[in-house]
Amino acid sequence: MDGILVLEDGRFFRGRLFGSVSVGPEGGAQGEVVFNTSFSGYQEILTDPSYAGQIVTFTYPHIGNYGINAEDIESGRIAAAGLIVRDHHEMPSNWRSQRSLGSYLEEAGMTGLSGVDTRALVLHLRERGACRGLVRRFDVAGRRLPLGGQVVVTDEGTDDVARIAALAREAAALPSMAGQDLASRVTCAASWQAGDAQASLHVVALDFGIKLNIVRQLQASGCRVTVMPSHTSATDILALRPDGVLLSNGPGDPEAVTYAVVTIRELLGKIPLFGICLGHQLLGLACGGSTYKLKFGHRGSNHPVRDIESGRIEITSQNHGFAVNASSLDGREVAVSHLHLHDDTVAGLKHRRYPAFSVQYHPEASPGPHDSHHLFERFVDSMVHWRRIHPS
Amino acid sequence: MKGKGRRILVIGSGPIVIGQACEFDYSGTQACRALRDEGAFVILCNSNPATIMTDPSVADRTYIEPLTVEALTQIIAREKPDAILPTVGGQTGINLAMALHEAGVLEKYGVELLGASVEAIQLAEDRERFAQAMAEIGLHTPKSVIVNRADQIPDALKSIGVPAIVRPSFTLGGSGGGLAYTEEEFHAAVLRGLAESPSSQVLVEQSIAGWKEYELEVMRDRADNVVIVCSIENLDPMGVHTGDSITVAPAQTLTDREYQVMRDAALKIIRKIGVETGGSNIQFAVDPKDGRLSVIEMNPRVSRSSALASKATGFPIAKIAARLALGYTLDQITNDITQTTACCFEPAIDYVVVKIPRFDFAKFPGASSGLGPQMKSVGEVMAIGRTFREAFRKGVASLEQRLPALESPWEDHDLQRPTPDRVFAVFAAIRAGRAVQEVHDLTGIDPWYLHQFATMTAMERTVQTFRGKDLPFDLLLAAKRDGVSDATLGDWWQRSEADVRLLREKEALFPSYLRVDTCAGEFRSHTPYLYSSYESETENTPTGKKKVMILGSGPNRIGQGIEFDYCCCHATYALKAMGYETLMVNCNPETVSTDYDTADRLYFEPLTFEHVAEIARAEKPEGVIVQLGGQTPLKLAAALEAAGIPILGTPVEAIDLAEDRGRFGKLLHEMGVRQPRSGMAQTVQEARKIAEEIGYPVLVRPSYVLGGQAMRIVYTPEALSQWLEMAARVLPGRPVLVDQYLEDAFEYDVDALCDGERVVIAGIMQQVEAAGVHSGDSSALFPAAKIKPHILTEMCEVTRKLGLTLGVRGLMNIQFAEQGGLLYVLEVNPRASRTVPFLAKATGLPLVAYATRIMMGEKLVDIGLTEDPVPRHHFCKAPVFPFRKFPGADVLLGPEMRSTGEVMGVGHTPGEAYFKAMQGAGVQLPAGGMVFISVNDSDKEAVLGVAKRLCAMGFGIAGTRGTALYLFDHGIPAQLTYKVNEGQPHAVDLLESGTISLVINTPLGQDSFFDEKSIRVAASARGVACITTLSAAEAAVEAMERVRAGGVDRFALQDWAD
Repeated sequence: MDGILVLEDGRFFRGRLFGSVSVGPEGGAQGEVVFNTSFSGYQEILTDPSYAGQIVTFTYPHIGNYGINAEDIESGRIAAAGLIVRDHHEMPSNWRSQRSLGSYLEEAGMTGLSGVDTRALVLHLRERGACRGLVRRFDVAGRRLPLGGQVVVTDEGTDDVARIAALAREAAALPSMAGQDLASRVTCAASWQAGDAQASLHVVALDFGIKLNIVRQLQASGCRVTVMPSHTSATDILALRPDGVLLSNGPGDPEAVTYAVVTIRELLGKIPLFGICLGHQLLGLACGGSTYKLKFGHRGSNHPVRDIESGRIEITSQNHGFAVNASSLDGREVAVSHLHLHDDTVAGLKHRRYPAFSVQYHPEASPGPHDSHHLFERFVDSMVHWRRIHPS
Repeated sequence: MKGKGRRILVIGSGPIVIGQACEFDYSGTQACRALRDEGAFVILCNSNPATIMTDPSVADRTYIEPLTVEALTQIIAREKPDAILPTVGGQTGINLAMALHEAGVLEKYGVELLGASVEAIQLAEDRERFAQAMAEIGLHTPKSVIVNRADQIPDALKSIGVPAIVRPSFTLGGSGGGLAYTEEEFHAAVLRGLAESPSSQVLVEQSIAGWKEYELEVMRDRADNVVIVCSIENLDPMGVHTGDSITVAPAQTLTDREYQVMRDAALKIIRKIGVETGGSNIQFAVDPKDGRLSVIEMNPRVSRSSALASKATGFPIAKIAARLALGYTLDQITNDITQTTACCFEPAIDYVVVKIPRFDFAKFPGASSGLGPQMKSVGEVMAIGRTFREAFRKGVASLEQRLPALESPWEDHDLQRPTPDRVFAVFAAIRAGRAVQEVHDLTGIDPWYLHQFATMTAMERTVQTFRGKDLPFDLLLAAKRDGVSDATLGDWWQRSEADVRLLREKEALFPSYLRVDTCAGEFRSHTPYLYSSYESETENTPTGKKKVMILGSGPNRIGQGIEFDYCCCHATYALKAMGYETLMVNCNPETVSTDYDTADRLYFEPLTFEHVAEIARAEKPEGVIVQLGGQTPLKLAAALEAAGIPILGTPVEAIDLAEDRGRFGKLLHEMGVRQPRSGMAQTVQEARKIAEEIGYPVLVRPSYVLGGQAMRIVYTPEALSQWLEMAARVLPGRPVLVDQYLEDAFEYDVDALCDGERVVIAGIMQQVEAAGVHSGDSSALFPAAKIKPHILTEMCEVTRKLGLTLGVRGLMNIQFAEQGGLLYVLEVNPRASRTVPFLAKATGLPLVAYATRIMMGEKLVDIGLTEDPVPRHHFCKAPVFPFRKFPGADVLLGPEMRSTGEVMGVGHTPGEAYFKAMQGAGVQLPAGGMVFISVNDSDKEAVLGVAKRLCAMGFGIAGTRGTALYLFDHGIPAQLTYKVNEGQPHAVDLLESGTISLVINTPLGQDSFFDEKSIRVAASARGVACITTLSAAEAAVEAMERVRAGGVDRFALQDWAD
């Protein structure tokens, strides 16, 4: 079934629909169109709640090769709003594969668009910045329509070009990512527990859209984990007498998650904190900093980050559209501990007085390199140290 | 400028052999340039004159000398380097560095090893220690045992069982390795491995044939930052050498979880082995049933795969490795392509890369075409597409092949056994509807690839339904996006290639050119390294400047290799110097020409009419250079010109005149130039009749072949019939050429420049193998050692006349033969020849730059070259052969070219040059023992001097009756030896017993020819040099005298070339 991706500025890309191809007002996909440069890990990415509200474009052309399995999920459901690929094939091959990507999408009611000139799309997003778009069924009425192109959004009429212009206007009317608290939408409804009840350390993970591998990594580091909804107050968290609090990743604009900033401010200095991605941005805000929206963000498994103290570089997995503004931070309170090697954006923070640190990237990887797994040990060390000096 | 004040010796990889080809010219050239850019003084040693790296401008001091401990010790003593970079010269570089260490040379002269330490190299290369090291970091390696002696074979067999893989230590391209299915094969394979391994060590390994095979290219800097540059997945499962496998980048069928396990293992391995800086290649196997990971091997150096990874990603591994060796860290080096980001990252690519090896089995009749752990391919192509399907189709086009024709036959047997043609049988089987699962069971090829093939054949069926109808735009677009060529699409649609092209023009459907940018479009790129696809935007940004397109030579094959890449690169440099913009088109990932630094814009594309014409449509160059890339671009000349694309230099008409045997023969006749009598036959009867007319022996070959493929000398009508049968099988439907065979002739190779008004002869090389041996397989002396003055004069006259008559603009090559005082023209090539780089080095003249200037309209007078150059030294070229890789193949040299590469020797005398060339080619001239002499009557008088000098050096002399008696009569005590058919002990017995250390055998006639064959086979098996002409004998004797008198001198190119 032929489909189309139309951006708010009138750029369009043709393809074929797969997954859920139902038509009508509920069909298709809509959201902020972003791109990810990872070769592998589409299952993890699609189920990562941080992608809520976003149509994910993979720069790697072949997606779906190794199918879908029961283990490589990062949340209970597909979180992304849509999927754009250059080439999707319904016949996967891998010893763990249980089903094809297409059937998985179909069951989840998610629409994919295949055959898209994703490179042109990425170059456009790179130059223009992330923008809103929608995926719809689109049967070409005229004799021929090129693979991709640009229409004037004000065009009215019934021919192909005018129909695309109408879709562009529809895309432009979608809500912007800036200012949206999406964490509230994807957080868990109630607390849940993971790990060995006898584990020596207890971590509360504040769920803004947590990836399961964060929980798995904490467990592997010897922690018992209580995952709590994003709105949980500092008092309720501390009442559980945890050894530390993990501020999870999540979607949306950090500045819209004001309630969490209040919570974190209250926790600061009372308990070791470790922030990841959105959790990192929220820690930055709690420490008095500000955040801003990046032009098109960092999404991929190949992002080099420099640890300023050691000078070492790690290849990290990243997925963020917002970043902490370095100049907004009070250097006496908070230190920038890591920088992105390519553009010097803030990639890590460390509180100078309190046991609190955070990284903009994903030490739990999944997908991506394991270079930063050691940060979980660092968190464990800080909790052990804290307990030694604050016995209770 | 971390290289300031440093003197660094770079070791090249020597002649092109199977497993070590142009990729080390690419990596070595990059390394030398990077080191010099950092202020280092670079000393280079490489015996291969056809390389770019041995150009005088690449290093500060360039030694084209044999890659031996002796030569390098002399060079180290003279040049006093403080360090050696051994990691860019392949296995040769690594082995030499280790040998220098073991000989105490490094310690004596205080030379450090850059990149990899002695300990790291030993740990990576010694298979027993490597397996132990892997166990220590918790990684699995296939169960294995080490065998050092033949008596350990039974125990090894007991512990490993069959099937087993036999891998000799410290060898190249898995040389001597094999897969043993039975106990007998096991014994034979281990014994062969012990003989091949320089350390007499063989690893016998549990076979995990059928597992999926992967490679990771890893880089590490001295701050311990590690990145993976590229992952590569083999289409062929374990069991086929990775150099012989079709490979795909990046990995296609691994989940992220599995990939990260492999990545973690790679990081652990490079740290454990202790490669301090630079690139390494690590090979893994994955069990397709459960994802279990096993480590196969690691190369602590840049490799063929790293060259491929560099081209596949745009991340120049060797260049960066050289900087890292000087002490930079990855984050301090800027990515050339983005110019804004650092090299400490992992490239993201948004296309698929397919590498397909190129084989030349037809050259080695008798050898099995089965593929196994020992590499047999002679070259490779790389293709880039937006999907595997597109890249695969472009790869096949780059091989100058087509996927099997419709409804082509296949058998299960063809699927089971890995051979060069298996993939085509797989494709045919899938097309015929064979189930993917069944084909997977037979081949072990991952179903994902088979499903892609199935999709490709589905496209074919869809198009077929439109025969006789208009092709819908979306279907045309989908087919072109799948990489289907106009010609193939035409076949499906039952229209001509031109019809499809016209349809595309009508629909304005032209390829987009996309950039290889290391980052999948995330950052802007500044280096136009391009490939075609059918997408919605093009990124090649053609300029309005004056520009020239240069067509490369495609995959290496025997007869067309690095020499042509050298020529194409030089044309590019020359055009840039003249102010032209340059466009390079090539598909060989091993080469310097496909380095994005070489031309202004690199089009990594198949060398077919369609691809070249589309680039020309987009770029509108002044013209195209076709005469520097061998036959591949030359074949396109006529079609390109017909499409309105100007051909620069020698016009198409002249090319056709020289290439069309009938027209050319007529021209020679009119000019009064002698050529061997010849005829063309369509049938067996015709061939016999022509042979009778010409007189036996005759030289026979199919028409339109390269490098003398399937050429034979036949002495009798029976032999002719036999050959005709074979030819009809191998190359059905081709006419056969029958030529007079000039027995006992001297052959010469002449390269010349012509501007239409004047011809300058760059050099005349004298071949020192007996006539009938392909010029590419013959050692040659320059300047010609002994040449009759009237022959020299005539050769020069004919060359000038031919150049002017044909209307050559640029380079030309003529092969002459002299027999009985008469000169014959054997062949004219209206293009650069294999010998151009050799002559350019020897004369110190930039021949290709001159040819390029001529092609652009300059005259030799403008260039200042009006006289034939006179070399200041003596030079010798010697070929190297891949016979060890093809057990069972005939080692006898003949009119079919079979050498893969060459070396150059330079000396004050022909003897010194000859000695070095032999040494460089791995032929050791003896210090003592007995010399077997058997010469024809016309050589008897001349051989006297040779024999006397050998006696004076203390050699014993043995000879067959005629020669021995003649020598005896002239006062030389010669031991009488039987011919092979005369009784025992005969010459072959003496060779096999090790009594004979050198053979001088100038043959004549059929009887001699067959005697010679058994002698040469025996000599080759024992590594005894076999000399077949008197000029070579004299050079050899002089060489041995010189070595006795105090050794040979070492020459830096810069000392003779300025």
